[in-house]
Parts: sequence; C-alpha cells; structure tokens
Amino acid sequence: METLLAILIDGLVYASWLFIVAAGLTLVYGVMKILNMAHGSLYAIGAYSAASLVGWYFGSGHPPWGSFALFIGGAVIAGMVTGLIIERGVLRRMYGRDEVVMILVTYGVLLILEDVTKLLWGVDAYFAYQPYGMIGRVRFSDLTFAGYDLTLIAVAGLVGFALWYALNRTRQGKLLRAVIHDREISLAMGINVTRIFIVTFIIGSALGALAGGLTAPALSVAPGIGIEIIILAFAVVVIGGLGSVGGAAIGALLVGICRALAVHTYPQFELFIIYGVMAAVLAVRPQGLFVIARARKI
Amino acid sequence: MGSDRTPIFLCAALLLLLVVGLFIPNWLVFLFTISMAKGLVVLGLILLMRTGLVSFGQGLYYCLGGYIVGISGQHWGITDVALVFLLVVLAATLLSSILGLLLCRYREIFFAMLTMAFSMILYGILVKSEKLGSTDGFIIAQATLFGWQPEVEASGTWIFALAVIITLVALLVMHLYFRSPMGFGGEAIRENEIRVEYLGVSPRRLIYIKYVVAAVLAAFGGAITAVAAGHVDPEMAFWATSGEFVFIALLGGTLHVAAPLVGAFLIEIIRTIALDLAPYTWQMILGGSLLLIIFFLPKGLWSLLPKRREEEGL
Amino acid sequence: MSIILETRDLAKSFGAVTAAANINVTIHEGEIVGVIGSNGAGKTTFINMVTGYLKPSQGSILFRGKEMVGLSPRQVTREGICRSFQVAQLFPELSVLENMLIACSMLGGNLFNPFSPLKTKANLQAAQAALDDYLIGEYAHAPVSTLPQGVRKLLDIAMAMVGRPSLLLLDEPTSGVAIEEKFGLMDTVIKAVINSGAASLFVEHDMEIVSRYATRVIAFYDGHIIADAHTTEALNHPQVREYIIGSELHREQAEGVRYAAN
Ligand SMILES: Nc1ncnc2c1ncn2[C@@H]1O[C@H](COP(=O)(O)OP(=O)(O)O)[C@@H](O)[C@H]1O
Ligand SMILES: [Mg+2]
Repeated sequence: METLLAILIDGLVYASWLFIVAAGLTLVYGVMKILNMAHGSLYAIGAYSAASLVGWYFGSGHPPWGSFALFIGGAVIAGMVTGLIIERGVLRRMYGRDEVVMILVTYGVLLILEDVTKLLWGVDAYFAYQPYGMIGRVRFSDLTFAGYDLTLIAVAGLVGFALWYALNRTRQGKLLRAVIHDREISLAMGINVTRIFIVTFIIGSALGALAGGLTAPALSVAPGIGIEIIILAFAVVVIGGLGSVGGAAIGALLVGICRALAVHTYPQFELFIIYGVMAAVLAVRPQGLFVIARARKI
Repeated sequence: MGSDRTPIFLCAALLLLLVVGLFIPNWLVFLFTISMAKGLVVLGLILLMRTGLVSFGQGLYYCLGGYIVGISGQHWGITDVALVFLLVVLAATLLSSILGLLLCRYREIFFAMLTMAFSMILYGILVKSEKLGSTDGFIIAQATLFGWQPEVEASGTWIFALAVIITLVALLVMHLYFRSPMGFGGEAIRENEIRVEYLGVSPRRLIYIKYVVAAVLAAFGGAITAVAAGHVDPEMAFWATSGEFVFIALLGGTLHVAAPLVGAFLIEIIRTIALDLAPYTWQMILGGSLLLIIFFLPKGLWSLLPKRREEEGL
Repeated sequence: MSIILETRDLAKSFGAVTAAANINVTIHEGEIVGVIGSNGAGKTTFINMVTGYLKPSQGSILFRGKEMVGLSPRQVTREGICRSFQVAQLFPELSVLENMLIACSMLGGNLFNPFSPLKTKANLQAAQAALDDYLIGEYAHAPVSTLPQGVRKLLDIAMAMVGRPSLLLLDEPTSGVAIEEKFGLMDTVIKAVINSGAASLFVEHDMEIVSRYATRVIAFYDGHIIADAHTTEALNHPQVREYIIGSELHREQAEGVRYAAN
C-alpha cells in the first residue's frame, strides 16, 4: 500500500517535470513544425540561471522566500530572451525548409548553446539546494515527501491549465489552433503567422527554461543535462503524438508512473522502461496516441 | 562506358596515401587513420541521407564496433584483426537488423530522434557498467594479424595500411552501389515514397537494407578507431559524436563518394587546432558552420563545383 | 469477353463521411471505361481501394478471380493493376529520364542487383524509347520540377505503363492540363493502352472527352453509382444529367471565365 502511494507520488512528481518540458517542445512543433533540438539547451540555460541566482541571493543574505520569485522569474526570462534571439536570429531565415533540415538547424543551435553555457557557467556543477528545503516535508501515514516536489505537481497542473485555457478560451489561442490545423489556410485568411511564430517560440522556450529552473534546487546542475532532457521529452511527446499538448500530458504521466514503478521495484530498468513504454506505444500506434490528422496525399 | 574514372582515381589516391604513409610523422598517420575511420561512418550516413533520412545515432554502431574490438581482446582473448572484424560485422548486422525493423517504419524527425535515442541508451548502459570502465572506457589489447604480432613502434603504420585497404574497398563498393538501381532507389524514396510503392517496391525494405549497410560501415569505422587509438570509451556513442558525423556528411555533401573522407580529414585538422587555441569553442564552431552550410550551400562543399553532366558514366 | 475486375458491395467510410457504398463494378478485358462524378463523389476513393492504398470498410475486389483486399499497393501493382494520379506522383528533383529509368528498373525487377549501373546504354535507350512513345522524349534531361502539367501527367502515366498492366486506372489524366492539350494527351494515352491490350478506367470531368474515348461510363454521385451503361445511354440518364453534367457545365463556365480573365 505504502509502496503504491510512493510510486504514485514519485511518478506524479516526475511526470509534472516532464510535462513542463514536453509541453514546450510539442507546442513549438505543433505550430511551427520544428522539432527544436535546442529545447534541451533552453532547459539547461533555465537551470543555470536559476542556480546562479539562488547562489547569489543566499550569498548576500536577503529574506529567503524572495528567492522563489527571483530564480523562477530569472529562469523564465532567460528562456524567453534566448528564445527570441534564436527565432529572430536563426529560425526566421530558415522557414519553409524541410522538417529534416529544420532539425539540422536546431541541432546547430544546440551545439552553439552547449558551448555558450560552458563559457558562461564553466564545467563545474552548481548546487542551489536552499529553496528545496524551505517548503519542508509532508507526511502521508508513514511516508514523507519533500514539499518542494509536491509543489511541482501543482505548478505543472497550473501550466497545463493555463495552456488549455489559452488555446481553447482566448482569441489568440484559437488563432494558434487554426495555424496548427492548417497553416496555408490560416495564412490565406490573413492570420499574422510571423507574430504567432515568435510568440509560440518564446512561450515554448520559456516552458523549457521554467522546467530547468524548477529542477535546479532539486538536482546538481552540470554540463550535459540539456541533452538528456531533449531525448526524454521527445519520448514523452512521441507517446502522446507530436504536436498535441494533451498528448504530452498523457505521455508524461505514463512515463512518470512507469519510471517510478521501475525505480521502486527493479531500479536497474529505469532507463529501459522509458524507452520501453515508447517502443510499446509506437508498436501499436506508430504516430503516437493522439495524432493530428494529416491531409490526404493522393 | 569507359569514362567512369572514379574507381581508378580512388585506387590511385589511396595507393598514394599508402606510400605517403611510410614517410610522414606518426601523428599525421594517426590523423589520416582516424579520418578514414570516420569517413567510413559518414559514408554509411550518406547512404541514408540520399534516402532522405538523417540519423543522429550512427555513434551507436561506431561505439559498438569499438567495444567489440576491445571486449574481444580484453575478455575473450581474441586479438586477430581478421577475426575481430568479422565479429564486428556480425554484431553490427545483428543489432541493426533488429532495430531496423522498428526504424524502417519511421521518417524525418522520428527517424532522427529514435536513432539518437538508441545510441544514447548504449551510452547510458556503458557509463553505468563498471566492468567496462564506466566513463573512462578501457585500453585495448594489441592487435595481431594471422598470428603475426607487429612491433609496437610500427603498429601505427600497419593499422594505417589496414584502414586504407578497408576504406578503398568500401569506397569502391559504395561507388558502384550509388550508381546502381538500388542506389537510385534511395533517391526515389526521398523524392516520393508513394510512387515507389506503386512501382511495386517496398520503401521499407530498401530502407532496412540501407540501414544495415550503414550500420556495418559505422561499426568498421569504430573498430578501426579503436585499434588505432588503443582505447575505447562511451563517448563514441554520445550524441555529439553522432552529430559530428552528420556535420561531416553535410560538409562533404552527397555528390561524390570520396567527399566524406575529405570532410572527415578537414574536421580532424580544424578540431586539433581549435582545441589547442580555445577550449569550449569547438562545438560552437561546428554549430555555426552547420548553420552557414545549410544557409548558403544546401548540397555541401561539393556543390561549389559545376554540376556534373547528366550522361556521366556512359 | 472475360471479366478482369469485379468489385462486390465495396464500401468505405471515413468517420461519419461515407465516401463509397454499394460499389459493384465489373470490367472486362480490353474495355475502356469512363468514370464521371462531381468532386467528392468517391472516384479517387474507388481507385485507392482497388489499388490497395485504402482498405475498404467492407466488400471484396476480385482481379481475375483473386481477392485484392488486404494487399498493399506494391502487391497490387505486381498483380498487374497500375494507376496514375490526380496530382502526378513523380520524383521532382530528378530528370524525366531518371524518373523513367527508375520506373523501368523497379517494375522490370532488376532492382536488387547492387553492382550493375542503372545508366547503361541499353537501359538509357529503353527509357528514352518509353518517353518517346508518350511524346515527351524531348524533355528527357529536364528536372521534373521545371515541367508543365501536361508533361508531368504524361510521364506519370508512362511510368505506370512500364509495368505492362492488364488494368490501368487513370485518375483525372487531363486535370491541370490546358484545354487545347487535353485531346492530344488522351489520344496518346488511349492509343498506348489499346496497343498494349490493357483494360482501362479513366476519371474525367469533360463530357466531350468521355464520349470520345469511353465505350462505357460509370457515374458516381455521393459515394454511390447512379449509372453504369454504354456511353450515350449513361450520359443521357436523367439523374446523371441532373446531378453531374449540370454541375460540370457550371464548372466549365467558371473555368472558361478564368481562362478568359487570364
Ligand atoms: N483520407 C480521407 N479522410 C477523410 N475523408 C476523405 C479521405 N479521402 C476522401 N475523403 C472524403 O471522401 C469523399 C470522396 O472523396 P474522393 O474519392 O476524393 O472524391 P472524388 O475523387 O470523386 O473527387 C469526399 O467527401 C472526401 O472528403
Ligand atoms: Mg478525385
């Protein structure tokens, strides 16, 4: 019983974090048809910004609770600025190319950003543990969980709700969905696709950086974290169906729970289970669980 | 049909290399050997790219080849190059014919990311296995050939010779292949799969074959690298290694079989210099040039040359 | 004459849309059948089902008595049914000659010999001859992406004919082709089809073309067959006149206006 609860909560925590990253990736793909390989770098930039802000903040003795606003806000802003630079500086010049070419383009951006983070933050690990302990621990019968982790679930819920609300209940969101559905017709109808692309890419980047910022207090921040994330996020997004935000949520839950199951029972299978779930889903539904229908070819 | 001069040109170039290899310093011999090894991997990658598929995971087989060489020497006591390379081919064929079953159903982004995921799984496994030296990898036993153990000082040269011969054979075979109906089949798939299907051919089957061939070439590259460097580590399966192969392929373009070799050699030299002058800028240089190539030269450096005439090969 | 293709109660639905229902079609050896029907009537869906691109929701397709349902397009092609497409399906970055060479090697079955070049003198001559048969030999070295529609359509059909099909399905062979070229194109194609002895079914919107080349007409309306008879009889069928020919006239007028405006 307790193991079950532990698996459930751990799974949810992991899923929340995965969802935030994956939502950004899938949103950008859905709207722009670009699988952003540099999404992992945005995550890393968020994590590094958060870690150094936390380090600076606690080093100079301000009231501890203020650190939350600072490191989360800092990560998100860093992500948005980087996103804007990538979109305006590089992607804009490449629109209209093949999807494969766009992967190569974002791969080039990834390579550049990897070195930029190394130049800015060095290669030593950063620890920004202070905020993690501040929320305390929560008891469920005999188990205790870090309050910080539980908060993450709430944050993911909030992000999910905000995305759902924005896409379904606002005018801008409906335009966005029109672009996802059919870019050419949207263009013909006079939707300003350029602006939608910029906004989407900035939101996607902000989500990646937010996830990075949120993990900074929970893990050590070191080179290479970005690339692990992009592969994981891709697995999640593929399970749900590329381009579907709802699918990303389901994929994240599936992967999160399965991983927790493995960690609590057969920890050596942790890595396999994630790809195992992906392979199983793909074997049954080659395009993922929720596919956005494609136009007929012939 | 006498005017296809590529095979003669290739033989001449590589024989020349063989002779030159006797007179140049060891570090340059090593550089040439590694370039040829990587060129082989890229040759396989180009086979896929002509089919419209970009693999970000050729490091999987590159690493597999290297580790098979290492494990057979250290753990099974097999150091004979001929035997070891046979094992390498078998292992690569086996693994790729399993993974190929899944991968041949995917294109574009899916193919790119799934191949990358597979190579990162191998990386993850190797990093976690203490027996194989974890992140540090391990040293490889000295290679022999049919019972003959070359002197240590000369080993660089004979491994170089081995690499030249393997590369020559691979280039010749691939040159013929690219001009054959099956080679053009790849381009046909890239251009329009529906038509290929309606010409009575299964695109999946063709892709499957190409994937296996590319895997074997990559494994050869890894095996040569391992024998030459005397050492293997999980970095060979790392995403950045695979990405470098993609980069070399784009740099060289897909218009000539020898392009990967030239590309690989250029990269090795630039890397050596870049790592010396400024650490942490190598990937940035790669990424920046990648963007420039895509932007200005979509067909690679060879597209600078005039387009070859249609009747080429008649 | 013996029956070559027979479909029984063929039906296809996409969710709530019924694209085809109760399709019973019989085609005999060497017959040339016209298919008419307004856009969305289910003509392409029918061809897609017969060639294995779509799996019917129900019904069976017998080609020379053999069940085709469940076969892939590739297997159907190998059985002897070839097709052309509403939008020509070619290899756009390759030259016309290369397109034809690839078609010859794939349908001719010498694909899996990795060490004989594709562009041998013999292969090149055969491909060039095939192009000449369809009067597009002069474009041999042009990349397909630079060609006018009419040439693309002819190449599309010529590549299908390389398989020496006993049944050729043509999906709107003249769509996108300039009005003054339509008859020339159909002359070339139908002559080749008759010479090869194949049966053929072609989808066409222009009733003049239909009555010139078809011996029999099948009329589709909203996923159903509303007429299947000799050409004159079918074109005079009251429902056909009301539902199809009337709307095609509107369409022609609209097109005429567009041409005039250009
Ligand atoms: N892949 C598909 N998904 C959904 N609906 C389809 C698909 N293919 C065809 N349809 C629908 O089936 C009907 C018949 O289409 P089609 O066979 O293309 O007509 P035609 O070729 O006679 O113009 C149309 O209503 C079309 O919208
Ligand atoms: Mg149609």
